[in-house]
Amino acid sequence: MTAAADPARAAMLARIQNALGRGAPSEEQRRRVLQRCAAPSANLIPARGRENDRIAQFIAEAERVNATTERLAGWSAVPAAVAETLAAAGLPPRLRMVDDARLASLAWPAGLAVATGKSVDGDRASLAIAFAGIAETGTVMLLSSPSSPATLNFLPEMHIVILPEAVIVGAYEDAWANLRAALGVGVMPRVVNWITGPSRTADIEQTLLLGAHGPRLLHILLLAEA
Amino acid sequence: MPCASDTCRHRPLIQPGVQVILNRMHDEQLTVGLFVTCLVDLMRPSVGFAAVKLLENAGCRVVVPAQQTCCGQPAFNSGASVEAKTVARQVIEAFRDVDYVVAPSGSCAGMIKTHYPELFADEPARAAAVAALAAKTYELTSFLVDVLRQKPAAGTYPVAATYHDSCSGLRELGVKAQPRYLLSKLEGLSLTEIPSAETCCGFGGLFCVKYTDISAKMVDAKVDDIAASGAKLVLGGDMGCLMNIAGRLQRRGLAVEVRHVAEVLAGSADDAPAIGESDVRP
Amino acid sequence: MQSKAHTFTANARAALADEPLQAALARFQGGFPVKRRAAIDRLPEFDALRDAGKAIKDATLANLDIYLEQFEAKVIAAGGHVHWCEDADAARQTVIDLCREAGAKTITKAKSMIGEEIAINEALAAAGFTPIETDLGEYIIQLRDEAPSHIIVPAVHLSKEQVAESFRAHHRDLPAERPLSEPQAMLDEARAILRQAFLTADVGITGANMLIAETGSTVLVTNEGNADLTQTLPRMQIVIASIEKVVPTLEDAATVLRLLARSATGQELSVYTTFTTGPKRGDDLDGPAAFHVILLDNGRSRMLGGPFAEMLRCIRCGACLNHCPVYSAVGGHAYGWVYPGPMGSVLTPNLIGLAGTSDLPNASTLCGRCEEVCPMRIPLPRMLRQLRQDAFASGGGPKPMRAGLAAWAFVAGRPWLYRLATGLGVRILGLLGRRHGRFRRLPGASGWTAVRDLPAPAGRTFQALWTERNGARR
Repeated sequence: MTAAADPARAAMLARIQNALGRGAPSEEQRRRVLQRCAAPSANLIPARGRENDRIAQFIAEAERVNATTERLAGWSAVPAAVAETLAAAGLPPRLRMVDDARLASLAWPAGLAVATGKSVDGDRASLAIAFAGIAETGTVMLLSSPSSPATLNFLPEMHIVILPEAVIVGAYEDAWANLRAALGVGVMPRVVNWITGPSRTADIEQTLLLGAHGPRLLHILLLAEA
Repeated sequence: MPCASDTCRHRPLIQPGVQVILNRMHDEQLTVGLFVTCLVDLMRPSVGFAAVKLLENAGCRVVVPAQQTCCGQPAFNSGASVEAKTVARQVIEAFRDVDYVVAPSGSCAGMIKTHYPELFADEPARAAAVAALAAKTYELTSFLVDVLRQKPAAGTYPVAATYHDSCSGLRELGVKAQPRYLLSKLEGLSLTEIPSAETCCGFGGLFCVKYTDISAKMVDAKVDDIAASGAKLVLGGDMGCLMNIAGRLQRRGLAVEVRHVAEVLAGSADDAPAIGESDVRP
Repeated sequence: MQSKAHTFTANARAALADEPLQAALARFQGGFPVKRRAAIDRLPEFDALRDAGKAIKDATLANLDIYLEQFEAKVIAAGGHVHWCEDADAARQTVIDLCREAGAKTITKAKSMIGEEIAINEALAAAGFTPIETDLGEYIIQLRDEAPSHIIVPAVHLSKEQVAESFRAHHRDLPAERPLSEPQAMLDEARAILRQAFLTADVGITGANMLIAETGSTVLVTNEGNADLTQTLPRMQIVIASIEKVVPTLEDAATVLRLLARSATGQELSVYTTFTTGPKRGDDLDGPAAFHVILLDNGRSRMLGGPFAEMLRCIRCGACLNHCPVYSAVGGHAYGWVYPGPMGSVLTPNLIGLAGTSDLPNASTLCGRCEEVCPMRIPLPRMLRQLRQDAFASGGGPKPMRAGLAAWAFVAGRPWLYRLATGLGVRILGLLGRRHGRFRRLPGASGWTAVRDLPAPAGRTFQALWTERNGARR
């Protein structure tokens, strides 16, 4: 059914317009209102989104919500760090990771089985690359794409996220600005995930438990190298 | 400053503090209309006299308009706005000519100050009178501290006490620090805060008789906190809450007295037994 | 869901006598309020953010039609579908049709209050489908065939023993003697069972915390990650959202998100905040092939122009429930329908009518704590009073109360009569109560004396004594 021919749609819009005390908006009215969407601007950004040492702030906030963090010099240190993280968590040396040239070119240890693709049942650990880190709440921001399927962020028990320190921003608004700079205004990846700590629930007697449906462990590798 | 200024006659235009200074400069007494409140009038006149004493000691001339009965809140909160207006119009008339209206209750003062303008929103002809009344209406302890800039009460009152913040006073009028400040220098009086000081006691006007069971559960939470605090006296600024708390304490056989803060501040606590207590020797 | 709000008083009485429930409520109390306070103490701009949040919602509602059409256009541009549904019936039918179209066998669901509002699970079951709730709390109450008792912690009324009992009753394939005394064991069991549901689901149904007009995105927050698995794994995703969920931009969403979790659970942000825009794209390896958004009105456009329009700012954080002394006393089920607590007492009469729900706005002391904590500064007490007025004006309320108020107004409106009547009354009661200072029982005052003593009046009114004193002065 085309939008114009949908009676429910027409009735709902008419009731709204009636409640607002006006008829259907003119093109001019519409354009003026939608200016807010065409040229989005930030509302109040709290001071904690404007701290100087964003890296320290990011680490402190992420760890407050039970994420673990580790600072690495650069990409070449990733394979060993991943292998150690899996071993320390008692997980088998198998990894599902995003399809990324920077990762593919690394020297992965022989004992670590590395695969790309979407996550499937049985995957115990995954590795993804953050588009941004948001210091105000220790949040990592991940974008879905053919090379970075969203399932990687949710199915495995352990989620390892690479976060280049250069992409750590102060506030959510900075992350949106960077996303628009990358993709354009009004354009979104299919899924944008903001992840703040590992999965949890407190649904039984308010007892906090980690690893409800998503990963029980969130380990963030901060890379000094961009 | 010459006294002939016309502005002296237009009190609502002047900030409360400024008005007090002007009056003092002019050696003119402030006229305060006491809004007695129906519960004080009927149940506990000692609170009214304590309020009068506090206001007179602060240099005010106190008048008690005889046309007042109730502020109309029971009807207003029951959705009976016509009935509420009948009573509220009387209050507007009765207090037209005083400088300030003071009530020993955050609930009644809140009704006049914040809800009369809502109640009469559909009567623009009355808007000015309602706004003027609202602007000059205060809860007692707030008036003493915020307008009259009174110092803490002097004297001795040796007791472990706690304070219940009544909801309307607290949330509609910002009454929180004022009574505590006025109590702060009373020798021997120690004030212990209970965790639920700001939680509703379950009175809620007609609520407490319409939803008795829920109200009982709410006041029990309050009473449990009071008992755990070790306080032997509960103070507050609203007779409704105080009667509810006292009544439940007594029903549960807990030996904690309950009083309106004005009685303690005025040094007149000996004038009447605590709420629900008797001065008749068995 | 059939409303049981008309038996509120009886529901409340039963709730007060329900020991496991009272134990659960006692456990619940204090938790969220304390955490909320701590979170706000870490964010000095919180009150200013409340103002910003309110401004965003007000600005959106003032042009709701334009933002909804913009949202729709962006969803379509991203390859999704938008269904406008005027009421619960239409929404239910649309969901059922879509599930049929998808040839659904397994349907997973992530907690959605709109889903509760339109009773989608019952409708799907009646149409032959078996929706599986995946939020742990919702899963538990689904097993027990109960409604949520809280809008963000649906199983807050239950003890772990009750949960264990339900798991044993329903998970019959598991060894009967397995240990289930601790929440961790129950979570592990639920996780394993629900993982299979996620992996086999054909349709995933979620709600939305917000809709973004700028991008056509739906925003969903969870802590468990269940909503992400619900929406990523099946072939079709259906988002059910009410029309007031739309906000203009990503920045506006960010502002609301700064308020939401802090107000709800005292978290700074929920663990998973997911912005979803349309179905799986060309080379994507996962995600649903079909993406549908249902825009539900169900009475909201009617609220928009009236005295309850501000209620449409509600972001369903639950702060008003968490801080409500009445909710704390009786829990959520007593309210009898989908939305409990102060927000429910305003919303329920607006959505299903005041007839049969007028106890809800009356069962409040108007203590104002809900408005004090509401991140969207919704004047809940004013709205509760407005509903009382509406109910009174249409002849509602118990007859004795109406008669009493009329009599009271007659007397209180005539000061001379009032003095006469009250003077006489307090004199008699003063004499009767003088010895004990209070009454344990008093005819006509049983609502009071059933649970508390009634102080005896002093015997003379203040007005009488004042007149005497001033006469003496003169």
